Amino acid sequence: MAFDLKNQCDNVAVADLDIVNPYFRTKDSLEDFKERNIRLICSEYANSNLDIPALPQDMYAITDDRTLKVILDIGGDDRGALALGRLAPQINEENNFEMLMVINKFRPLTPDADSTIEVMREVEGAGGIRFTGLVNNSNLGEETTAEDVLKSMEYADSVSKMSGLPVVMTSVKEELYDELNGKIPNLFSLKLQEKPVV
Amino acid sequence: MADKVLMKGNEAIAEAAIIAGCRHYFGYPITPQTEVAAYMAKKMPKIGGCFLQAESEIAAINMVYGVSSTGKRVMTSSSSPGISLKGEGLSYLAGSDLPALVVNVQRGGPGLGGIQPSQSDYFQATRGGGHGDYHMIVLAPASVQEMAELTVKGFDLADKYRMTSMILADGTMGQMMEPVSLDFDIKPETEKPWATTGTKMEREHNIVNSLSLVPEELEMLNLKRYERYKIVEENETMYEEYMVDDADIVIAAFGIAARVSKNAVNEARKQGIKVGLIRPITLWPFPKAPFEKAAEHAKAFISVELSMGQMIEDVKLATNCKRPVTLCNRVGGMIPSPEQVLKAIIDVNNGGVK
Repeated sequence: MAFDLKNQCDNVAVADLDIVNPYFRTKDSLEDFKERNIRLICSEYANSNLDIPALPQDMYAITDDRTLKVILDIGGDDRGALALGRLAPQINEENNFEMLMVINKFRPLTPDADSTIEVMREVEGAGGIRFTGLVNNSNLGEETTAEDVLKSMEYADSVSKMSGLPVVMTSVKEELYDELNGKIPNLFSLKLQEKPVV
Repeated sequence: MADKVLMKGNEAIAEAAIIAGCRHYFGYPITPQTEVAAYMAKKMPKIGGCFLQAESEIAAINMVYGVSSTGKRVMTSSSSPGISLKGEGLSYLAGSDLPALVVNVQRGGPGLGGIQPSQSDYFQATRGGGHGDYHMIVLAPASVQEMAELTVKGFDLADKYRMTSMILADGTMGQMMEPVSLDFDIKPETEKPWATTGTKMEREHNIVNSLSLVPEELEMLNLKRYERYKIVEENETMYEEYMVDDADIVIAAFGIAARVSKNAVNEARKQGIKVGLIRPITLWPFPKAPFEKAAEHAKAFISVELSMGQMIEDVKLATNCKRPVTLCNRVGGMIPSPEQVLKAIIDVNNGGVK
């Protein structure tokens, strides 16, 4: 998404505000971002052995610099979204944002619309910002088939109806893109940046 | 609903425990196992279970002791430094012959160490961890699917033998996401006539205790416990063999090291080197038999570990030191690459490493 955004705007940043899980960090892609002149805002301690819930020292650039287009990673649940609360007043005031909820029917805590809406409300409560759209990223990792994605459309529609939010896109790994192109509206091809573990 | 769900290893442990009937979880957060506790915190209140974040690891393991005394399935999870804190409780559980499931998603050590994956608690897990003569059943998953399956198995074994089952995973296993089938064969739970559930004035009091005032009686208890351990050794050993039958070189590896090693085995086979892999799934009891058998034809063994060489001692014992055993390792949170393992295989094959 950041690479796509960079093709459209000049001043782009990715901010990793996940204070919960220090294992997988956006910082893994630091070199790729540097190459494309995309700014990375993340904790100084990301990818180190220091296991503390630290926020990036330059996080206020996210709202202070109004020319900057920022993609924020706020983690996957209410605990992760807590850090967003610090920026919520400024983001809401500027009111020029999209907050997308990435949903996956194959995850154990969001198998249906009811449970997904529950997580949505928890994240909104913790982060202080309302979602504006949905990204249907239903997948089973390496084993995902086109059929899995097609089956997930009904789920995404239910979440959309219950929440009143549009499905902004359905994202699939690039190997499935050609097979699904034309069958699903707003299909987005994902190019995995990190190699899976053996 | 699809047959499979996409889960992190830590989540798979938590969900499998719930499916296995565990309704009591006590723990304290620590990377890289925090998702076990987080998952339990979300789910337990919805199903009438108990999630409790204790004030410390020591408190948590003693809560496990309390619930286990009542015959209910109970678990705790932590990572290396937290397991050290639980050591006393593990010994008390063993001394009282109480079943429990304990999860160790290992990180680099010693001390506070680091948060990245490690296997350097092998000695601690397989030799007991706490004081006194005792064992735990130690299960070493190598996939998210196995994280789930061995959790269910761990509860069954713990109940059957009145022992602690430990899931000995590493940070990689805890954090990686894979599709998982949660369609388990759930067996009826073992009867627990020893549990302290109230006499209803119909039987003698059950007493759960690890203190023995008479040394002769304590000796007898220890001897009887070891008779039980012998049955576990005879009946519950699990392992996977991969291309071992004709192997000149046999790799021993568990968990993430086994996955890396399997890639190296495939590559070495392409190069014409006859190499195989024995992956212990139970680390205690250690699968001695396949190693003894392999030692009849293999020229050498390589122990691939994320430690300074701990399982290598069991490989040497299992093969009666008939063949040379070399170590291929990374430590401190680093993982051996398939290339490093392949190089070790080539070196051993060339006779370059003794």
